[in-house]
Amino acid sequence: MTQNLDKLPTESFKRITIDSSQAEKISKPSLSFWQDAWLRIRKNKAAIVSMVLLVLIIVMAFLGPVLSPHDAEKQTITHANLPPKVQGIEKLGFMDGVGVVGGKEMDLYERKKVDEYYWFGTDGLGRDMFSRLWEGTQISLFIAFVAAFIDLVVGVIYGGISGYYGGRVDDAMQRVVEILIGIPNLIVVILMILVMKPGITAIIIAITLTGWIGMSRIVRGQILKFKNQEFVLASRTLGASNNRIIAKHLIPNILGVIIINTMFTIPGAIFFEAFLSFIGLGLQPPAASLGTLINDGFRLLEFQPYILLYPSLVLSLLMVAFNLLGDGLRDAFDPKMKD
Amino acid sequence: MEKILEVKDLQLSFHTFAGEVQAIRGVNFDLLKGETLAIVGESGSGKSVTTKAIMRLLPESSSEFKSGEILFNGKDLTKLSDKEMQKIRGKDISMIFQDPMTSLNPTMTIGRQITEPLLKHQKVGKTQAKKVAIDLLRMVGMPKPELRIKQYPHQFSGGQRQRIVIAIALACNPQILIADEPTTALDVTIQAQILELMKDLQKKIDTSIIFITHDLGVVANVADRVAVMYGGRIVEMGTVDEIFYNPQHPYTWGLLSSMPSLDTAEEKLYAIPGTPPDLLDPPKGDAFALRSEYALAIDLEQAPPVFKVSDTHFAATWLLHPDAPEVDPPLSIIERMKKFPGSRYYEGVAR
Amino acid sequence: MAKYIVKRVFYMFITLFLIATATFFLMKTLPGSPISSASKLNPQQLAVVEAKYGLDQPLPVQYGKYMLNLVQGDLGNSYQFKGADVTDLIISRLGPSFILGAQGLILGVAIGIILGMIAALKQNTIWDYGSTFIAIIGISIPSFVFATFLQYWLAIKWELLPVALWDDGWKSSIMPSIALAMGPLATAARFIRTEMIEVLSSDYITLAKSKGASSFEVAFKHAFRNALIPLVTVLGPLAAGLLTGSLVIENIFAIPGIGEQFVKAIMVSDFSVIMGTTLFFSVFLIFVILVVDILYGIIDPRIRLSGGNS
Repeated sequence: MTQNLDKLPTESFKRITIDSSQAEKISKPSLSFWQDAWLRIRKNKAAIVSMVLLVLIIVMAFLGPVLSPHDAEKQTITHANLPPKVQGIEKLGFMDGVGVVGGKEMDLYERKKVDEYYWFGTDGLGRDMFSRLWEGTQISLFIAFVAAFIDLVVGVIYGGISGYYGGRVDDAMQRVVEILIGIPNLIVVILMILVMKPGITAIIIAITLTGWIGMSRIVRGQILKFKNQEFVLASRTLGASNNRIIAKHLIPNILGVIIINTMFTIPGAIFFEAFLSFIGLGLQPPAASLGTLINDGFRLLEFQPYILLYPSLVLSLLMVAFNLLGDGLRDAFDPKMKD
Repeated sequence: MEKILEVKDLQLSFHTFAGEVQAIRGVNFDLLKGETLAIVGESGSGKSVTTKAIMRLLPESSSEFKSGEILFNGKDLTKLSDKEMQKIRGKDISMIFQDPMTSLNPTMTIGRQITEPLLKHQKVGKTQAKKVAIDLLRMVGMPKPELRIKQYPHQFSGGQRQRIVIAIALACNPQILIADEPTTALDVTIQAQILELMKDLQKKIDTSIIFITHDLGVVANVADRVAVMYGGRIVEMGTVDEIFYNPQHPYTWGLLSSMPSLDTAEEKLYAIPGTPPDLLDPPKGDAFALRSEYALAIDLEQAPPVFKVSDTHFAATWLLHPDAPEVDPPLSIIERMKKFPGSRYYEGVAR
Repeated sequence: MAKYIVKRVFYMFITLFLIATATFFLMKTLPGSPISSASKLNPQQLAVVEAKYGLDQPLPVQYGKYMLNLVQGDLGNSYQFKGADVTDLIISRLGPSFILGAQGLILGVAIGIILGMIAALKQNTIWDYGSTFIAIIGISIPSFVFATFLQYWLAIKWELLPVALWDDGWKSSIMPSIALAMGPLATAARFIRTEMIEVLSSDYITLAKSKGASSFEVAFKHAFRNALIPLVTVLGPLAAGLLTGSLVIENIFAIPGIGEQFVKAIMVSDFSVIMGTTLFFSVFLIFVILVVDILYGIIDPRIRLSGGNS
C-alpha cells in the first residue's frame, strides 16, 4: 500500500457539488422489451437461419406454382412417372431425368419423348410435382396458421378469464380443463375426423378442439403469477381499471410466452395434418397437402423415391425451422436468461 | 501474526451478453491466522465475487482473472489446476452460503452430504465418517444427530439447515472458512444463534473466517477487521474500532449513518442517495463520487490511491490527500469519532 | 398422498366415462351404416343383420347396453371380422405393439439421457451443438417420414434388414423401434439438457464444489439424480407420442399390432373396432399419466415424505 502522490494541481481538490439525480445516471442505454429481444435473437444464428428459411418456403409456396410452367391439377398421362429434370443441373449427373425401368437406368424423358422439364418430376397421373408440392405447402401452412391462431385466441381468452377473475369462475373453468386434458389429443382428433367430412375444415376443427388447452393453461399460470405481483398491486392501488391493468401490465408481460407457445403450436399443427393425411384421414384427392403428398410418395417409395423426397424435405425443413425459431424466441424472451 | 491468505491487486471480469462487467477492479487484502475479517458493502460491490474467486467457484466460461494473485500459504490459487484446487476446497478452505434453503442437495440424505468431504479428503472409512458426521452435527447443536443423519434437507428448518451447512464446512477443520452472508436469509433470532455458534466454533478449531455481509450490526458482533467494498474495490479497511469510530471514506460514513442505532437521537434514518455504479462501464475516478456530498473535482478524474491512516487502517479517498480541504463528516460520525483516541474529534472520553 | 390419488382416480373415471359416451354418440352420428356400406344387402337382409348387432333398437337402449358391456370389459363385436370379439382382437394384437413401444421408449430415453448429459456438461461446445442438432431433428422430423427413409435405405437399397412384416424375429423390430425411438430420444435429450443446466447452476451444486467434489462427482453424484427425477413427468406425453407414432409406424412396416388394425378399421369403417381401440388407447394413456404422477411422488423425497401433491 504505497502512498505515491504525484503533485496535483490544487484546484483539483476543490469541493464540487454533485447533482444527486446524476447519481441515478444509467450509463447503458435502456432497451425496450422488443429491442432487447431482437438483440438476443439476432445473436442466435440458428433462429435467424430458420427465419430466412421460413420466409423462403412461404414465398415459394405462393410463387412456386406460378414459376412452374405446368399446372398442378393438369393430368398428362403420357408424361406420367417422370423423374426430376432441371435445365442446367442435368449436366451434373443428377436431376437429369434418368430413372430405373425394369432394372435398367435410362433417360425416361427421351424414352417418353418429352421435351419439357419437370423440375421435381411427375406422379402416376402425369401431374407436375413441383407445382403440387408448393400448392400442398400452401395448404399445410394455411391449416397450421389457422389452427394456431384459433388455439391462440381461444386459449388466451379462456386462460385469461380463468386466471384474472380467479375464485369460483377459475374453479369451474379449471374443472373442465382437468377433464379435457385427460382426453388424449390423438383420440379427439381421430374421432372428430371420422365424424366430419374429411377436409381442411375438419382437420382444423379437430386440431383446435383440444389444442387451445395448452395455451390456456400457460396464460392462466402467467396471469396468476403476475396479477399479485407488486407492480400490479401498486397500479391497482393507484386506481387503475381492470382494462388498464390487463392492457398495460398483464398482456405485455405474458406476450413473450404467448408468442413462444404459438411458435410451437404451428409445427404441432403441421405435424397433425401430415399425420392425419398419412393414415388416410386427411385431405381427399385431388387436393394436396404435404401429408397427402408424402402418403402418395410412400406407396411409390421403391420405384420413385423422389415423389416422397421433396414433400418430406419441405415438411422436415418447416418443422425444424419452426422449432428452432421457437427455441430462439424462448431464449430471447425468457427473463430468467437475462444477465 | 501469520498471514494465511493474501489477495494482491485482484482484477476479475465477467463476460456477459451486454459486455464486460468489471466486477473486481484491483482488490488487495490479507487474512491473518485465526482472525475474522468482515467484508461489507452493498449488493454488487464485488464482495461475494471476491470470495467465490478465492474458491475458484466462478463459472470458468464467463469469468476471467485479469490480473493479480491470490496467495494461500504462498501458493497462487489463480494458477492451480482444477485437480489441485479440488484438494484445497472443503479441506483447507470451505464455504457457507447465503440461503440454507437451497444450498443442500434435496435428494441426498444430510448424512451423505456431511460425510462427503470427509471421505474425499481424509482417509477414513464409511463408519468412521458417519461417526464424525454425528459428532459434527452435535457440535453445531443439532439434537438427536443419530436419527437426523438419515433425513433429507426438506425435513429441517432454515436455521437447522444452516447448522448442517456449517457442519459440512467444518468437517475437515479448514484453515479458512468463508461465510457468504450466512445469516441474511434467516430470522433475527435464528441469526443470533448462528452467529453465536460460529464464534464458539471459531474459538474451538482456530480457523480464520472471511465473513461477508451487508449488515454492520453483524460486523460489530463478529469481526476483528473490516474491509468496506464499493464498486469492485476495497475503499476502506481497518480494525473494527477504526472502521466504526474513525471512518475516513465518505462511503463508510454513509454506511454507518444509514445504520439504525438506539443511542443516536436522530429521528430520520440516513439513506445514501443514488445507486451503485454500473460495472459494465465503471466511472473513471472515485466510483462513489457521484453519490457523495464530499466529492472533489479530482474524484471525477482519477481514482484515489490508498492512504495510510494507521498501521492497520487504510482508505482510498482523495480527502486524505494533504492538499485536500478539511471536511466535516456527518454529525453522527463526528459523535462516533469523539470516542476514538487518535481521531481529530477525540474528546478524551473513555469508551 | 392417498387423498391425491383418490382424487386423480376419480377424475380418471369421469374422463373415461365422457370419452366412452362421446365415442358412442359420435359413431352413431356417422353418415351411413357400416353394414350398408360394406355389403350390398336388400332391405330385409339389412334388417336381419341390424337386429343381430342390436342396431334396430332405440339409441338410449343401445347406449345402455354398450355401457353395461363396457364395464364388463366387453367392447362388442367387429363388423368386419364376422363378429369377432373386439376385446379379443385387441388382445391378440398387443404383443408386437408392446414390444415396439417398449423398445422404442427404452432406446430413445436411454440415448436421449446420454445426449442431454453430454450437451449440458459440455455446454456451448461442438458436443452440445451436435446433440442439440440431433434432438431438434428428432423433434421436428415426423416419425413416418423418418421411418420411410429408414425403410428405403436400410431395407430396399442396402437390404440390411427386412423391409416389413413381423416374421423375422427381432430383426423385424429394429427399424420400427428406431423410428419410434426418435421422439422420446429428442424429448429426453432436450429435457435433461435444460434440467442439468438449471441444476448445475443451483446453490447445492456450488456447495458440492466447495466441498472439493470433482466435476465428475458433481455431475453424476449430485446433479444427475436431481435432473433425472423430473424426467418422469414427460413419460406421459411420451407414451401418447409413441401411440401416435405406432399408428403410422406399424402401417409403414406392416406390423400386426393394434395401430395397424386401428388404421385398417378406419379405412373400412369398422365402428366397433374403432370405438374399442379408441377406448383402449384412452384407458392406456390416462392410466400411464396417473401412474407417472404417483411414481413421481414416490421417487422424489421432497414429495414422498412431506406427503404434498404436485
